[in-house]
Amino acid sequence: MTKTLLATTCLALMGLAQTASADTLRLLTWGGYAPDDVIEMFEAETGHTVEVTKSNNEEMIAKLRATGGGGFDLVQPSQDRVMGPQMEFGIYKPIDITKLDQSQFIPSMLLATMANTTVGGEVYGVPHVWGTSGLVMNTAMAGDTVKDYTDLCDPAVAGKVSYRLKRPTLIGFAFAMGEDPFAAYDDEAKYKEIMSKVEAKLTECKPNVKTYWGGGDELMNLVRSGEVTASMAWDTGGWKLNEDNADITFVAPASGALGWIDTFVLPAKGQADDAAYAWINFVMQPEVAAKITAAAGNFTASAGADEFAEDALKAKYQASFSQEAIDNIKWYPPVPAGLEAIEGDVLDRVQAAN
Amino acid sequence: MRLHARIGFILLLTPLVLWLGLLIVIPHIDMLLISLRERISFGVYETSTTHYQKALTEPLYLRTFWRTAVMSVLATAITLLIAFPVAYYIAKMAKGRLQQVLFMLCLIPFYVSELVRTFGWMILLRETGLISNLLQWAGLADQPVEMLYTDAAMMVGLVYTSMLFMVVPLVTTLESLDDSVVEAGYDLGGNGLSVLREIIIPHAMPGIVSGCIVVFMLSLGNYLTPTMLGGKDSLWFTEMIYNQFIVRSNWELGATFGFMLLVLSSVIVWGMLRLTGRTLQETMG
Amino acid sequence: MTPDLECADLVKRFGDTTAVDNVSFSVPPGSFFSILGPSGCGKTTIMRMIAGFLDPTSGDIRIKGGSVLDTPPNKRPVNMVFQHLALFPMMTIADNIGYGLRRQKMPKDQIARKVDEALDRIGLPGIGGRKVDELSGGQKQRVAIARCMVLEPDVLLLDEPLGALDLKLREHMKVELKALQAAFDTTFVYITHDQSEALVMSDQIAVMNAGRFEQVGTGQDLYYRPDTPFVAGFIGEANRWKGRIERAEGSALEMRTETGLAMRATATGTLSPGDTAEIFVRPESIRLAATAEALSAFDNQLQGTVTSILFNGAASRVLVQDSVGETLEVTLPQSGEFANLKRGDTLHIGWGAAQATCFAVAA
Repeated sequence: MTKTLLATTCLALMGLAQTASADTLRLLTWGGYAPDDVIEMFEAETGHTVEVTKSNNEEMIAKLRATGGGGFDLVQPSQDRVMGPQMEFGIYKPIDITKLDQSQFIPSMLLATMANTTVGGEVYGVPHVWGTSGLVMNTAMAGDTVKDYTDLCDPAVAGKVSYRLKRPTLIGFAFAMGEDPFAAYDDEAKYKEIMSKVEAKLTECKPNVKTYWGGGDELMNLVRSGEVTASMAWDTGGWKLNEDNADITFVAPASGALGWIDTFVLPAKGQADDAAYAWINFVMQPEVAAKITAAAGNFTASAGADEFAEDALKAKYQASFSQEAIDNIKWYPPVPAGLEAIEGDVLDRVQAAN
Repeated sequence: MRLHARIGFILLLTPLVLWLGLLIVIPHIDMLLISLRERISFGVYETSTTHYQKALTEPLYLRTFWRTAVMSVLATAITLLIAFPVAYYIAKMAKGRLQQVLFMLCLIPFYVSELVRTFGWMILLRETGLISNLLQWAGLADQPVEMLYTDAAMMVGLVYTSMLFMVVPLVTTLESLDDSVVEAGYDLGGNGLSVLREIIIPHAMPGIVSGCIVVFMLSLGNYLTPTMLGGKDSLWFTEMIYNQFIVRSNWELGATFGFMLLVLSSVIVWGMLRLTGRTLQETMG
Repeated sequence: MTPDLECADLVKRFGDTTAVDNVSFSVPPGSFFSILGPSGCGKTTIMRMIAGFLDPTSGDIRIKGGSVLDTPPNKRPVNMVFQHLALFPMMTIADNIGYGLRRQKMPKDQIARKVDEALDRIGLPGIGGRKVDELSGGQKQRVAIARCMVLEPDVLLLDEPLGALDLKLREHMKVELKALQAAFDTTFVYITHDQSEALVMSDQIAVMNAGRFEQVGTGQDLYYRPDTPFVAGFIGEANRWKGRIERAEGSALEMRTETGLAMRATATGTLSPGDTAEIFVRPESIRLAATAEALSAFDNQLQGTVTSILFNGAASRVLVQDSVGETLEVTLPQSGEFANLKRGDTLHIGWGAAQATCFAVAA
């Protein structure tokens, strides 16, 4: 792969800025994953300093791709976004699992994540925060109608629903329509077939939708104001709104919530690996993990952190998830390359449809 | 002496050359190269025009492309229609302090970021927003009115964002119009319309053209406003570029779109200059 | 005969300031009427009211006998040549001249013919295709007049149109404007602060000061028979003395100046002993002589020393300091008699009582 001129220029600039501060941990992560009090504790204990950049999956990968894996020392993409980008762009470096205190991780989650992020025999990721996406709704107004993603297209809630025009929506609708898109990940023809069914459904559903939400705050406003009564969204969004309005909460859809795990990975040109390992070990301590749970609203892969988690959050979690619903969570497998092109075309066509 | 002068000249020129070279020319060349390659498999690329073929044959892309162009032209026209009387008032009728205050009023929206401004419009226009509530309170509507997520809302946002960039060049050119020329126009038998058509507009033409070019480019390249105010049907070409680069990780198609946008804006600006019989030097100089 | 333009009791107030204070005048057809006054005297305000850009506070403006107060500027049979001409820079010369005709919806071929005629008339045939900025100052001037004259207005207003020209061209244009006025046979109302422009061109001149007309008359009237001290001081040059009247016999006066000199003068209006008054004597009315005997015929005689010679060709002056220390300006005759005059020379000067005009001064 030819190095792009743009990338080299950026790299040169980054490199200049970098040499002076090897002890700085440049963390590219999600909002809430590195609360201020945790950073303070970490800095006091280790002497490293932490610089946080908040982002999302797509931007994390785009940023690393632009620099060939430079500019940051620790990144937190979802586990399904590690294998594909690594094979395509080589933007990560293998993680040395022996430098981590493995006992702090929930064993099943650690093993699953390692398996999902292995490329060429090397492990690239370990789990951190996990959660689900499903339905956030005002149960008093839409609870009787909306039981699954496809119910968002019910005329009874016309003009009162919203979802994102992103891949989780495609996957969610596919499951709700009785398909198994994850099983079709390796079968491009089959996957295309599923996606074209989803496309037809989403196009048909379009008049029902008030707007496609883009950011979490936008959705929260829509639901809080009552302009939207049901939407596809993350569990924490529903639980936050629940504090203001008891009718609003997160509901696991009948076809199963979609489960995601955000990981720790080392970017290929990270320059503070020791600090990165120290950070991982630090935040996986049960007490610290509980603080992150409180800030982000989601549970972590830290073993034993449950003890320290707030009871209120646990209660909300239990209200949203019966044991059956937990067993029914669909965990995202790694996305094979090429799938996103298919999905992209579907999303474009849905957005342009009239 | 001559050597000194030359060194001074080179030193003065260096920042400009670096800026143009590093931030504009080199990235564009790079973008062009990216747009001309095709991904074969992991890390294997070949030179091809397949992305241009795709961009020019896929109805969705073409539709978005033209829609963005037409809407931008429309936004430019509306901005001009609203800004012209405003600029005329500021330049010719308001005097002294009032003139400064009005000018500041045009500037104030730009003290906050575009994001905040757009959120402001969302607060006003949404179903549970201010205007909807006012209409209900006044008895003009019997249920909440949704004004957001329409092309009209998007147009309002685009015009609002562009207004200053139309008003400033118009005020500058209109200020240079001698009052007595306008009076002469009336004195010799002209009415408001003919004075406007034969004297004021021809005089303001450089301002109109440069204002239109800036506003058109701003609208064409706007990302936030169409995305946030436009709703579910409002696919904008910049959004497609963002999607290709960031969401789909398809830099090749994104770069192709970027180049199409560059060509489109160049063609329309050129057409605008041709139509008004002006040169770029006259307009920008 | 009905006057072309008539203003009756015209008043214009801006807030507390009265810019035009009860002005009345009438301009007979085909004449060249000037309003002469210092800047800020209200002359431009009058002109803008006639053109219709301002509404008078009270009074009436009549053109050819009919009031035009309710007629908007674009409908008045009056056109205006602006101070900076206000040619339309975005149009060619032909389009400039044809502008008013186009507004009258005249057919195109007729407009073209009229424009060509007008260009012939102002002596600039064939320049119709040029741009405004390709013309010289004098050419622009003529185009600006032609642009109005094609509309055949009853009255043409000219607002200091020569102000922007250089001196030589201005002298030339004075003659030319007068000739154009005769050629077009139209009533011109001309505004200026330059007395020479007004004196050379006008049939009648109104001298204006502080919103009022001081005197209306021919150039000779104003120059030789000023009605007010302002006119005497504003038109032409004058040496002035202030003092108290000592004796008065009809219009013949004797005044004691503040510096103690006794002077004979002719009164304008009635003056009686004890009144405060001011005497005006023009530099060209004063005779120079080497000896006192040569001036024995004059009522007023002084002796003085030359302090400065202001050479200006035919308009050369000499500054003479008299015995009480006042400096007088005296025209230097170019007959050769005083060719060798130099600073420090002693001179005798004298003038007649008829050339010394005396006005009462409000105490």
